Amino acid sequence: MPVYNPPSENIKFILHDVLNASQLSELPGYEEVSEDLMDQILEEGGKICSEVLFPINLSGDQEGCHYENGVVRTPEGFKEAYDTFAEGGWCGLSGDPEYGGMGMPVLMNTVMQEMICSANMSFGMYPGLSQGAYEALHHFGTDEQKELYLPKLIEGTWSGTMNLTEPHCGTDLGLIKTKAIPNDDDSFQITGTKIFISAGEHDLTENIVHLVLAKLPDAPDGVKGISLFVVPKFLPNDDGSVGERNGVRCGSIEHKMGIHANSTCVMNFDDAKGWLVGEPHKGLKAMFVMMNAARLGVGMQGLGICEVAYQNGLDYAKDRLQMRSLTGVKAPDKPADPIIVHPDVRRMLLKAKAVTEGGRALSYWTGLKLDISQRHPDETIRQEADDLVALLTPIVKAYLTDMGTEIANECLQCYGGHGYIAEWGMEQYVRDARIAQIYEGTNGIQALDLVGRKMGQGYGRLLRRFFHPAQQFIEDHQADENMQEFVFAFAKGLAKLQQSTAMIAQKGLKNPDEAGAASSDYLRQFALVALAYMWCLMVKAAQAKLESGEGDKEFYESKIKTARFFMQRMLPEADGRFKMVLAGAGSLMDLDADAF
Amino acid sequence: MKILVPVKRVVDYNVKVRVKSDQTGVELANVKMSVNPFDEIAVEEAVRLKEAGKADEVIAVSIGPEKAQEQLRTAMAIGADRGILVKTDDPIDLGGVEPLAVAKTLKALVDKESPDLVIMGKQSIDDDSNQTGQMLSALLGWSQGTFASELEIDGDSIKVTREVDGGLETLELKAPAIITTDLRLNEPRYAKLPDIMKAKKKQLDIIEPSELGVDYSPRLEIVKVSEPAKREGGEKVENVDELIDKLKNEAKVI
Ligand SMILES: Cc1cc2nc3c(=O)[nH]c(=O)nc-3n(C[C@H](O)[C@H](O)[C@H](O)COP(=O)(O)OP(=O)(O)OC[C@H]3O[C@@H](n4cnc5c(N)ncnc54)[C@H](O)[C@@H]3O)c2cc1C
Repeated sequence: MPVYNPPSENIKFILHDVLNASQLSELPGYEEVSEDLMDQILEEGGKICSEVLFPINLSGDQEGCHYENGVVRTPEGFKEAYDTFAEGGWCGLSGDPEYGGMGMPVLMNTVMQEMICSANMSFGMYPGLSQGAYEALHHFGTDEQKELYLPKLIEGTWSGTMNLTEPHCGTDLGLIKTKAIPNDDDSFQITGTKIFISAGEHDLTENIVHLVLAKLPDAPDGVKGISLFVVPKFLPNDDGSVGERNGVRCGSIEHKMGIHANSTCVMNFDDAKGWLVGEPHKGLKAMFVMMNAARLGVGMQGLGICEVAYQNGLDYAKDRLQMRSLTGVKAPDKPADPIIVHPDVRRMLLKAKAVTEGGRALSYWTGLKLDISQRHPDETIRQEADDLVALLTPIVKAYLTDMGTEIANECLQCYGGHGYIAEWGMEQYVRDARIAQIYEGTNGIQALDLVGRKMGQGYGRLLRRFFHPAQQFIEDHQADENMQEFVFAFAKGLAKLQQSTAMIAQKGLKNPDEAGAASSDYLRQFALVALAYMWCLMVKAAQAKLESGEGDKEFYESKIKTARFFMQRMLPEADGRFKMVLAGAGSLMDLDADAF
Repeated sequence: MKILVPVKRVVDYNVKVRVKSDQTGVELANVKMSVNPFDEIAVEEAVRLKEAGKADEVIAVSIGPEKAQEQLRTAMAIGADRGILVKTDDPIDLGGVEPLAVAKTLKALVDKESPDLVIMGKQSIDDDSNQTGQMLSALLGWSQGTFASELEIDGDSIKVTREVDGGLETLELKAPAIITTDLRLNEPRYAKLPDIMKAKKKQLDIIEPSELGVDYSPRLEIVKVSEPAKREGGEKVENVDELIDKLKNEAKVI
């Protein structure tokens, strides 16, 4: 059986020592956000994750969801856990206080998402999708829609979904066929079939609020013709209670590789009643609002899996006795040494540690900037933060979810054959992590977003939001002897990233396939350089602590040693990716499809 | 009825504690700290009494470092009405504030606040003394119901079911009294977010031990702190004779 302990000391290190998150209290609406309030939320939230959600993770995977006559039952214990979670107010952690939310920063929600996904990723998707629905309605809903739906989503008595995908289209949503026909009043009749809808049907809440992409009769072709509708499972009465059943039903649920405890539904809309959210034909814009928050959330699924896989890989490696160390016996009182003495096991564990802690810094930084982009009184600062978030979102989503699978795999490998056996729980992490690379825009699409949309925006304005502070950091710290080792490695990585950026911008303009061909390798190169930056920040914070003599020396020294591992044994991958980017599209595009 | 509940800041029960290299204590820096689990049960019980209309005010008290405010906030998030921190930089686990000093501090607070009941953990999971409640009862001359697994209050009459070696024992006490909690008394709730936020705004007074006229100079000396001996693997014996032989000559227990 795996274990999960919320990594509160590591989380606090990033929040307080690296990011100085209490700066949030300077933003309007966040006056109350202090270091101790954040810590208290972290501790109590962590308790719910490790004591309520984690114990039903393995059993939920083994049992899965049940489907019978359009009704979906979640695995045993899920309903009770959901009630504890919702009654505790956790669905509304960063919800708008005007609708009953707690008004806490997005950053705190990001922290909570990490812990939820470590504890039970399948569970996390139920409240997670409600958040997507909440965001869309909060931004684009009418006052009436907000008053009707937001308090329920915040309380968690109703949940939300995102109905985008159809059998013939997932990535290319311009192709959707679901129709919306106007009624005489302000409502519409929605008809069509959606597939792969997470949390589309379940027994956790009294109502489900579907956000559905559909086309109006006069819709232009392609993505410029999609509109967003809110379609509740039960039509709400005027007083907010649930009324008549709407014409939307779950046709079946999928049998799938992982996240067994989260229902993945075929949803049939048969003249279901819905209401337009936002303007006609502008559904894509609304969808992106849902998506951006959701993409960061999916990134946190990757990170959450990395953390829990690492915790277990590490425990096992300290326990399992096998062979003697190459340099002589390390545990003379035992029949063999614990496998953590072996260099190759250490390679796997250190990689997991470096990715998890670096990824945590990167994603929390993004969360912090998201708060600043939404609330800072100065418009320039808001815009700058917004740019950085837009740039980092595809990187956080794609890199951390790639790592979710990879690190889960490496930590499974630490278990040897036992990792492959279900009861140890490690194979579940590999299976659960895998979907995060696919949904919410495949990682290939994230890479295209980075090179196609984000790179060119404002003539490289978004890129400058990363490059400039990074450059500044290097200038400020290159003379610092304690930092040089790390700063130099980072500076080299940054220079190459700038080179490949220029290369893609140049070649990609002439031939878009060049940009497409470079995209995934470029995203990985970018992610590694961004992590190098984060590790520099962590080294700086750790050194300051060591100098002050505060806290646990071993803890801070381990940060510096892990940073060294990252710079020496992970960052070089960025050089390889750089070469692949420079190689261009030629060899990729040369082979005729028939000749494969 | 007014209830006083002491809560102690201790290493979280999930943490694998490490002994400091100089063997003077255990490593506390960058270690997760929590409310002592027995104290959390005490807070829960007091808050339930308040919710049932049997108590009017629940006051949480902690003796410890500045940071112990976190544990008081947790108690207030569960439902305590206000908190008092008796602030000290002396260690509170080993070689610092000892059970007698804690009992004297609590006595001074009881004199000040005049509660009708003190509900406290039977022991803290760091030094496992299991003394403070009993000492406080002696200092105050109040009745004590220790290791409570069930508590019923009717006016000033208190029925306590205690977990003793032979089973369950039921006592009837008159308030004012000291109750110490055992694990099965209740299952503490998870603090709700709105209550965590409200707790931030509740009154929390910080006072110095000197204001209560207590002094924390230790009466015990810590000679050495070391890890428990590693458990040796088990062994199967062939027959009873071999077992007896081993018990006599190897384990030397008979
Ligand atoms: C368990 C699960 C839960 C899901 N939950 C939801 C949900 O809640 N709501 C919802 O609406 N959908 C959901 N989905 C659907 C998911 O978002 C889609 O599967 C995903 O967007 C990919 O679409 P597709 O499957 O149609 O693949 P396709 O779009 O057919 O893509 C196939 C492959 O081609 C690549 N590709 C496509 N176009 C390009 C391009 N232009 N350039 C480069 N590569 C390209 C893709 O990256 C991918 O590798 C879920 C899916 C699963 C499996």
